[in-house]
Amino acid sequence: MKKFELFEHGADIGVRGFGKTMNQAFENAALAMFSIEVLDIEDLVATCFWQLSCESYDQEALLTAWLNTLISYADLYRVVFCSFDVTIADCTLTARVGGVPLNELHGEKGVEVKGATFTELYVSQRDDAWIAQCVVDV
Amino acid sequence: MKDELVQISEWQWEMPKHGPMRVPAWLFADRGLLLNMDAKVFEQLHNVACLPGIVRAAVAMPDAHWGYGFPIGGVAAFDAETGGIISVGGVGYDISCGVRCITTDLARQEITKWLPMLMEDLFSTIPAGVGSEGKIRLTPEKLDEVLVGGARWAVEKGYGSWDDLERIEEHGCMPNADPSCVSALAKDRQYRQVGTLGSGNHYLEIQYVDEIYCEETANAFGLTKDCVVISIHCGSRALGHQIGTDYIQILGKAAKKYGIPIRERELVCAPILSPEGERYFKAMACGVNCALANRQVLGHLVKAVFLRHFPSASLNLIYDVSHNTCKVETHEVNGVQKRLYVHRKGATRALAPGRPELPEEYRAVGQPVFIGGTMGTCSYILVGTTKGEELAWGSACHGAGRAMSRNAALKRWKGRDVVASLASKGIIVKAVSWQGAAEEAPGAYKDVTAVVNAAHNAGLVKKVAKVLPMACLKG
Repeated sequence: MKKFELFEHGADIGVRGFGKTMNQAFENAALAMFSIEVLDIEDLVATCFWQLSCESYDQEALLTAWLNTLISYADLYRVVFCSFDVTIADCTLTARVGGVPLNELHGEKGVEVKGATFTELYVSQRDDAWIAQCVVDV
Repeated sequence: MKDELVQISEWQWEMPKHGPMRVPAWLFADRGLLLNMDAKVFEQLHNVACLPGIVRAAVAMPDAHWGYGFPIGGVAAFDAETGGIISVGGVGYDISCGVRCITTDLARQEITKWLPMLMEDLFSTIPAGVGSEGKIRLTPEKLDEVLVGGARWAVEKGYGSWDDLERIEEHGCMPNADPSCVSALAKDRQYRQVGTLGSGNHYLEIQYVDEIYCEETANAFGLTKDCVVISIHCGSRALGHQIGTDYIQILGKAAKKYGIPIRERELVCAPILSPEGERYFKAMACGVNCALANRQVLGHLVKAVFLRHFPSASLNLIYDVSHNTCKVETHEVNGVQKRLYVHRKGATRALAPGRPELPEEYRAVGQPVFIGGTMGTCSYILVGTTKGEELAWGSACHGAGRAMSRNAALKRWKGRDVVASLASKGIIVKAVSWQGAAEEAPGAYKDVTAVVNAAHNAGLVKKVAKVLPMACLKG
């Protein structure tokens, strides 16, 4: 199973994470999002780590909240995140996330993601795979 | 829904009021642009027309495309006295994203030879791209001053001149901004971002006037054939986006509380006169001021670079317009002057001649409007009209609009090839990201001339001048 893909949207970019569990799909949606900012995101090895949490009113809104929380942390701590260990219980998500400081990145940079949106927002299980997706504003 | 449209004129189409719609929807476009609009535009416009307190019509500009709640290129006015609402989707995430246009007394022939050095200097001076930081470092208290003061704060700190303020919407400072309505997280994200360009479709472009359509208005704006102008397109950076993200949740709950049916998650809203609506308006005003301060600082930095290379040059702000806003304006409705909350999502305010909001020197001609093309094609300078006020609350389109998704553009072009191709046409592009350059390839956008002609022919705005690109800095 592939981890993630980007999908078409008229003005911005869609991110789609796959996983055997919803947790994994959320992790891979995050990886998809940061692949827009750093092209070789899967080759990065995290050197600094954070524990974070977020909540929302349903599991789809939780995906948007999760991605927006990551964008905020990335902005605040000037990092790009590349490793994620997510646990979801009801509509609360906790995660240990790892990243690389921006000033230590040497690969080709992409474009800045400004935020995750509710457009094309979808979290569901199809057959034996979970999908977590939405459009991000760039 | 496209099938339900009734043609009003060659340039105007109506979706008649039906079902839950409180007003009709109006679209301004030629047949070709209309046929190419994606179906979501009509669905979103229909949803906007269903919102409480909407006045006259939900309006879409010729560059309308699928947005977040509102279509991008969507305009709607709401009356607080009749239960009118304020909506996050009607403003957008990048609050007050806009364009500042500066004219110079330099002719294009004078700068062509020096352009590569000038661009190197601009590239090293203007922070742009992923993770870029400005030179300004702010404490929480100082950031609050930015959110209240806008461009006025920037001028007080030495960025630009007091004269600039008259040539900025809201005279550089939107009233009613209250930093206590903005989350600590939104502020934390902004401390290092004042004076940065960002990335995506944001740019700094050096252009020259190729053609003038209205001499009188061009004179008022200080435009002459071949003169060099500078356009800066950027917004409120992380702060605006965080305000949008925060208030989507807050107004989502408020919509339920006040029993407002929501047809799309990002169309969440609250009555203007509710505590939630009032707080969002005050937070959004902070976002507007943040964007105005940002463009004021950038304008000053650009001017300083130009003066290093051309010490005797004169650079003057034509005007600074915002695209993603909700503003309180007085407009005539059925012969009565009404105070309305005008939402413009991806649309430019284009006030008619005579409006008191305009600086004295533009009051006889109307508000300047800038419609950007791409880094390889022309852009336009236009002016607001009286008819535009009757049709669309004094609004115009804001850009060409994408014809192709970013993914499709990436599959089709390589950033290096795009930059090389433009260089072969004499256009210098300095891009922080090759990916960004590919996504913003000229071919990925619609024909800006078709969009501008539709706006001009519909009477929303009047063409003043066409400018062509000489160099572009992309984040």
